[in-house]
Amino acid sequence: MISSSPSTSSPWSIDLLLRCWQRLAAAVAGGVLLLLVAYLIAESLPALMRIGPLALLTDPSWHPLEGSFALLPMVMASVGIALLAMALALPLGLAIALFLTVYAGRRLRAIYVAMLELLAGIPSVILGFWGLVALVPVIARWQAPGTSLLAAALVLALMITPTIALLSHLVLRQAAQTHALTTAALALSHYAHIFRVVLPVAMPALASTALLALGRALGETMVVLMVAGNVVQFPASLTTPVRSLTANIALEMAYARQEHRSALFVSGLVLLLVAGGLYFLIARLQRGDKEQAPVESAA
Amino acid sequence: MIRSLRQRPWSDSLLALACTGAALLLAGIFFFLLWDLVRPGIGGLSWQFVSTLPAAAGRDGGIAPVIVSTLLILGVCLALSVPVALGTAIFLAQQQRGLPWAAWTRRSLDLLAAVPSVVFGLFGAVVFCELLGLGYSIAAGGLTLACMVLPFMIRAAEDGLRAVPREYHLAANALGLSQYRLLGAVILPAAAPALLAALVLAIARALAETAALLFTSGYVLRMPSSLFDSGRTLSVHIYDLAMNVNGGERNAYRSALVLLVLLLLINTATHTLSRCLSGKARI
Amino acid sequence: MHANPVADPAARFTGSNATGHSCAQSVPAADAAPALTLRDVTVAYHDRVVLRDVSLQLAVGRVTALLGPSGCGKSSLLQCCNRLSDLIDGCRVQGNIRVFGEDILAAACDLRRLRKRVGMIFQKANPFPLSIRRNIELPLIEHGVRDAQQRDHIMEKVLRDVGLWQEVRDRLQAPAQSLSGGQQQRLCIARALALAPDILLMDEPCSALDPIAGGRIEELIGELRGRYSIVLVTHNLFQARRVADDVALLWPMPDGSRLLEFAPRETIFSAPQHELTGLYLRGAMG
Repeated sequence: MISSSPSTSSPWSIDLLLRCWQRLAAAVAGGVLLLLVAYLIAESLPALMRIGPLALLTDPSWHPLEGSFALLPMVMASVGIALLAMALALPLGLAIALFLTVYAGRRLRAIYVAMLELLAGIPSVILGFWGLVALVPVIARWQAPGTSLLAAALVLALMITPTIALLSHLVLRQAAQTHALTTAALALSHYAHIFRVVLPVAMPALASTALLALGRALGETMVVLMVAGNVVQFPASLTTPVRSLTANIALEMAYARQEHRSALFVSGLVLLLVAGGLYFLIARLQRGDKEQAPVESAA
Repeated sequence: MIRSLRQRPWSDSLLALACTGAALLLAGIFFFLLWDLVRPGIGGLSWQFVSTLPAAAGRDGGIAPVIVSTLLILGVCLALSVPVALGTAIFLAQQQRGLPWAAWTRRSLDLLAAVPSVVFGLFGAVVFCELLGLGYSIAAGGLTLACMVLPFMIRAAEDGLRAVPREYHLAANALGLSQYRLLGAVILPAAAPALLAALVLAIARALAETAALLFTSGYVLRMPSSLFDSGRTLSVHIYDLAMNVNGGERNAYRSALVLLVLLLLINTATHTLSRCLSGKARI
Repeated sequence: MHANPVADPAARFTGSNATGHSCAQSVPAADAAPALTLRDVTVAYHDRVVLRDVSLQLAVGRVTALLGPSGCGKSSLLQCCNRLSDLIDGCRVQGNIRVFGEDILAAACDLRRLRKRVGMIFQKANPFPLSIRRNIELPLIEHGVRDAQQRDHIMEKVLRDVGLWQEVRDRLQAPAQSLSGGQQQRLCIARALALAPDILLMDEPCSALDPIAGGRIEELIGELRGRYSIVLVTHNLFQARRVADDVALLWPMPDGSRLLEFAPRETIFSAPQHELTGLYLRGAMG
């Protein structure tokens, strides 16, 4: 009886090591979120306990050194900028996705998609810088100082449009491919094909794309920090300079102490909760999409 | 039916017009943006700019320390994120549906990918700068970035590993191969192009990041002498020149161009490399 | 030879005891020590039982065809015999399976050794995306054949066994995927043979191939008879008639498939015990 030579057992003890490494890595990767949430809550607690969540909304102004912590104007600015950016980017992105799916030829589509990928890959700090030197002066000619909610929304829209277009294009192409034969058989026009068949079928996936983009817009820091003006006030008009929650963190974190610092962590926690909420909505939409799929294929 | 047929002439062409118009608009903005970024910076771009020390808070001189800091932060980030991401991706790719804590890990990573980068900055400031006592440093910045790129890296790597046909796993198991042999000889080589793509995705994200670094790796413009020194990356440098330094635009343009060229180079290089790799696997 | 089932693959090919490869046509008596014994094997996926109480004894060196309608659990049964069932989510195996007397469902069973002794060929040829040479080398290295010359020797031997040597001897460095479907399947068989297994499990090895390539594999199975104990899952009744020594017929029942009949080929085709067997096999009688 010749048993296997001892040297062959070594890969199997390496296997044990490999398995340990994989489990450990997964635990670390999964643990980052827990740690992040835990520390954000822990650091927010002083502000939530001593200032109180209500005061964070109702305080008259944001003067952290004088003990006045109003986050509401910045929340409004964040929401205003993100919504305006979405209002611009969503129709534009969808139209481009339709263009790519329906009208562009194969070569043009490949070139355009490459361009969109390049545009999506431009770092936000560079877009912010460009907004500052190219866009803000133009707005300033019309309404000084130029740095404003509008400027931030425009640059932000430029930032998220490629993402919306690329993702929607994927979604639409899939929907169009699965139903192309049916609609051709029914002799529907392009218009009817897109509005009566493709868009309704793709709607849940398009909605989750939109929510994804909204999440990016709400969480973006650099663009807003560089072109929105950073004045803490309610957005009264399009050209009001405003400060977003994210910009506020970036501006004051370096020197904030005690309750001031804790208030910044509260704004971080708010951002985290918003991101989490959007994530759950998206997950829900995608799950609903999957449940629907068998019904559609059966029909 | 008949109505939709009759609708064809005007509504079809209107839709075509609107969509083509949107595509033209964005293409126009893109080329304008590119022209606007490249034109002012291209003249002053030289090896000297990249290799000399800055002067007058970055207004004049080059960006040598910025480049060094960027590479160091990127190095720290990858040194930590790659082993964790690869291990996790292999782990997740092996799991079939159902296993509760693999599903939980995946969900928590998806959520982590949705967290705004400035929140990672807050996290890094508490955990790495204060708790670990690293202060404003390249190490703290790299660690923060590692946490940030982790979900993207894992997702891309897992997809790549899952694309390797299951038959190889079956064949290897039926032959009694160890996981070490299966991974080393079959799975990782087959997934190499995808893994490389995951790496590049992470590098691009890390290079583009600014907000998470502002209060973890800091702003210091000096040449770093160790990983525990503060140092600023290219993107932080661009931000600082644009916002805090009067007359910093000229060098901000140049630095932006350097960053863009760097990203483009990395992308092209990996594109070529992965094509070579997948080509070799096929021959 | 078979009483010494854990022999080192190298020793088995190069040592003095090379009789296993020379006595190609010696068919052992049906009452020799069984190679594979299944007793009351029940297989379930989650809560669905696919096989119930299957008991079989496969004799050494014979080809046993496993027949039955689609989805009756033939492949599941095969995968239990080398514990590949471990990889399937929610698969539970009850009962007792013995390979040369060794209980392989036991927790202490060395999977690596088991899979060396029990080779498996899949429906779809699955060579690794590596060179032809690497495909055969990899399992040999894994199982401790350190000497490169010895590996080359084994490689030539098994490639000759499957009739591939003449076709690939000049391009061993070529990727396995560049071979035709039938060649790939023969490479997979060679790869399994390189480990000198005692039992070969073949899961419809010809069904993904064209008739000529499939016929080549069938011939090969005939050549391997006597040297290896082979379990062949097939849908093709003619194939079963041509190559099998024994035939087992699984039949789906409401509470999971059962073994309907198990007998030598001549008996089962000419005088089936069970009415259903007769009906099913009549397809092959013409």
